[in-house]
Amino acid sequence: MSPADRFARLPDLLADDADLLRRGHWLNVECRVDIGTEPFHLTLAQGAIAAFDRGPRLMRSTVFTVRGTAEAWRNHWQKIPAPGWHDLFALTKRGAASLEGDLRPLLQNLQFFKDLLALPRRLPEQL
Amino acid sequence: MAPVLDPMIGRYLRLDIDGTRHRLYFEEAGQGIPLVCLHTAGADNRQFRHLLADPEITSRFRVIAFDMPWHGKSTPPEGWEKTEYRLTTASYTAAIRAFCQALELDRPVVMGCSIGGRIVLNLAIAHATEFRALVALEAADFQQPWYDTAWLHRPDVHGGEVCAALISGLIAPQSPPTSRHETLWMYMQGGPGIFKGDLYFYRVDGDLREKVKSIDTTVCPLYLLTGEYDFSCTAEDTLRTAAQIPGAEVQVMKELGHFPMSENPARFREYILPVLEKIASGS
Repeated sequence: MSPADRFARLPDLLADDADLLRRGHWLNVECRVDIGTEPFHLTLAQGAIAAFDRGPRLMRSTVFTVRGTAEAWRNHWQKIPAPGWHDLFALTKRGAASLEGDLRPLLQNLQFFKDLLALPRRLPEQL
Repeated sequence: MAPVLDPMIGRYLRLDIDGTRHRLYFEEAGQGIPLVCLHTAGADNRQFRHLLADPEITSRFRVIAFDMPWHGKSTPPEGWEKTEYRLTTASYTAAIRAFCQALELDRPVVMGCSIGGRIVLNLAIAHATEFRALVALEAADFQQPWYDTAWLHRPDVHGGEVCAALISGLIAPQSPPTSRHETLWMYMQGGPGIFKGDLYFYRVDGDLREKVKSIDTTVCPLYLLTGEYDFSCTAEDTLRTAAQIPGAEVQVMKELGHFPMSENPARFREYILPVLEKIASGS
């Protein structure tokens, strides 16, 4: 299963995490996450995924974008990630990911987003 | 049933630092060689509570961990509300030396982590004769910044939560959840702008490149230990630093990150006990 296919499971993974939903309760934002070359558009409403669109959407606006290489996400989602691949900022520091746009909602809800983007780690490794 | 008490005792010390009156909180336990512990940026002495409660250490060391000025339970200096806190190499060094002198410690060992590790390098550069040994955790002469500290203190982002969320990635994935979240809790409790002010020392004022080459480990032994999951002060940063200091002992700690003493006390113990043994035996 490709990293993008794993990320496509995000809505179910978040729906199963009552604690993360609780912590995201004040969050409403439209953002974009690129898994390698594949963009995903997320609409978060009170911390839950209200819309989740895979693939390019022409002229879709977004508040901020998190981009990572396929290698970055593949390593990040290992059950026990290796040093240097284990955190969003470890990825950005090594140049394997970037943060763009208005980062305020991201920083206001940083632990939520870190945990959200790490959710595919919970999927079975052989998928 | 008798009360279950941790062994450390907390006191407040009155002292002058660079002519300013301070009231610093510290905790101590044990008897023997004074071992002064320096916490990380934006945190407080609680990071060392497991060392303070370890009989194998406190049987030979008087472990003392203080809250830096503006941190933890130390009272901020009079007029704090009119200034922006900024730690510098000079002010940090002065605080440590004043604390050791005020407690009349005889050539203590100093062990610091992160900014505490960086300042330990400066103690080795400038004041080695005052110390028995120096232990720098997660320390290097310089580290590449990995985020903009402007996010740490502004009204539209919760300072405590953003500080904790940023540094959460510096904790190794193997660290026990309870210890991880206790470490994060301390970051959530820092005063506004204090973590940012500490990082001024780390990023702007405390560049020790070139200077570490002057460290003489025959005057004062120096130990450097860094966790492999620390991407702020990487193992490479520490190894590069140690390579410039003849006689420095360096170790990369497996399955540990930037807060070894608080994020995984049991694992850290495996690394620090042999170092303390060497120091205690004078070798």
